[in-house]
Amino acid sequence: MADPLSRTGASLDDELDVLRIAGRSLRSRLLLGTGGFPSLELLAEAIAASGSELVTVALRRVDPASAPGSLLDVLAGAGVQLLPNTAGCYTARDAVITARMAREAFATDWVKLEVIGDEDTLMPDAPELLRAAEQLVDEGFVVLAYTTDDPVLARRLADLGCAAVMPLGSPIGSGMGIRNPYNIALVREAVDVPVVLDAGIGTASDAALAMELGCDAVMAASAVSRARDPVAMARAMRAAVCAGRLAHGAGRIPRRHYARASTPEQGVAEFGGAIAHAD
Amino acid sequence: MIVLNGQPADVAAGETVAAVLARLGLPPQARGVAVAVDGEVVPRASWDSRTVAEDARVEVLTAMQGG
Repeated sequence: MADPLSRTGASLDDELDVLRIAGRSLRSRLLLGTGGFPSLELLAEAIAASGSELVTVALRRVDPASAPGSLLDVLAGAGVQLLPNTAGCYTARDAVITARMAREAFATDWVKLEVIGDEDTLMPDAPELLRAAEQLVDEGFVVLAYTTDDPVLARRLADLGCAAVMPLGSPIGSGMGIRNPYNIALVREAVDVPVVLDAGIGTASDAALAMELGCDAVMAASAVSRARDPVAMARAMRAAVCAGRLAHGAGRIPRRHYARASTPEQGVAEFGGAIAHAD
Repeated sequence: MIVLNGQPADVAAGETVAAVLARLGLPPQARGVAVAVDGEVVPRASWDSRTVAEDARVEVLTAMQGG
């Protein structure tokens, strides 16, 4: 078995079943956000360490002071597919226009659809999200929809033709992990499209839990980019996603109230007498 | 006067999208850039021909690090 933490290429990723989203095959089940990295050099190193093949980018106004394209150069050098997001959009209209601009700028139909309804929690606005998803699917986009952990909303999004649903574990950037594992498992049962746990991941065990619950992939952003050592955390996430996927496939034991010895109880010796003190 | 990325900008009547992009220091056909005029995306192929009206709102966006 290859070392999951190998820096030299072969890794546990290779043992996992391939993830398919909208007909595209992905060997890595870890999506990486590019926001929050202190430098483009660290971003490039973290992408390599994560093994991710799909990374998000945002669209913002051109800053005349900075050279456009340097981020894209780094991502092209990493050989990853871009997943533009609509972060910062609060209406279906803004999200749809942003997605169209992303298609024009990056020549991809893929979009991570975010329609935010509240600036403190960054929770999705469900009605606007559904409107935007319907419009973008109509226009031929491959829509990966950032959503709450509500299985009914997830099913609505899948029914509209979204290529994947991305339920939050807890608010974006909060690092609070998966607050309602039960709902995440219900989301997995509710839809036939891939489920990508998005938002709230704080550390590797959160990513492993998502995979154990049956999620098809995990998206990590701040948890990696804002870690004290982003590159080391990227490797940790990669290993956690692999471990969680393997554990999901392996089938965990049921929880029990009381102990159940794993060592046989037959044949235990009976010595008799009292403990002799050695002095 | 147009509104260019949220700021007022003096633009002569009949100026093209390409000329507006040059004001932002962007080379012709800059990669990774998208333009919307009044909420409608202007395809790259039309940058040289599409002119910008007097009171247009022009947004010029590019890739930025983000979740």
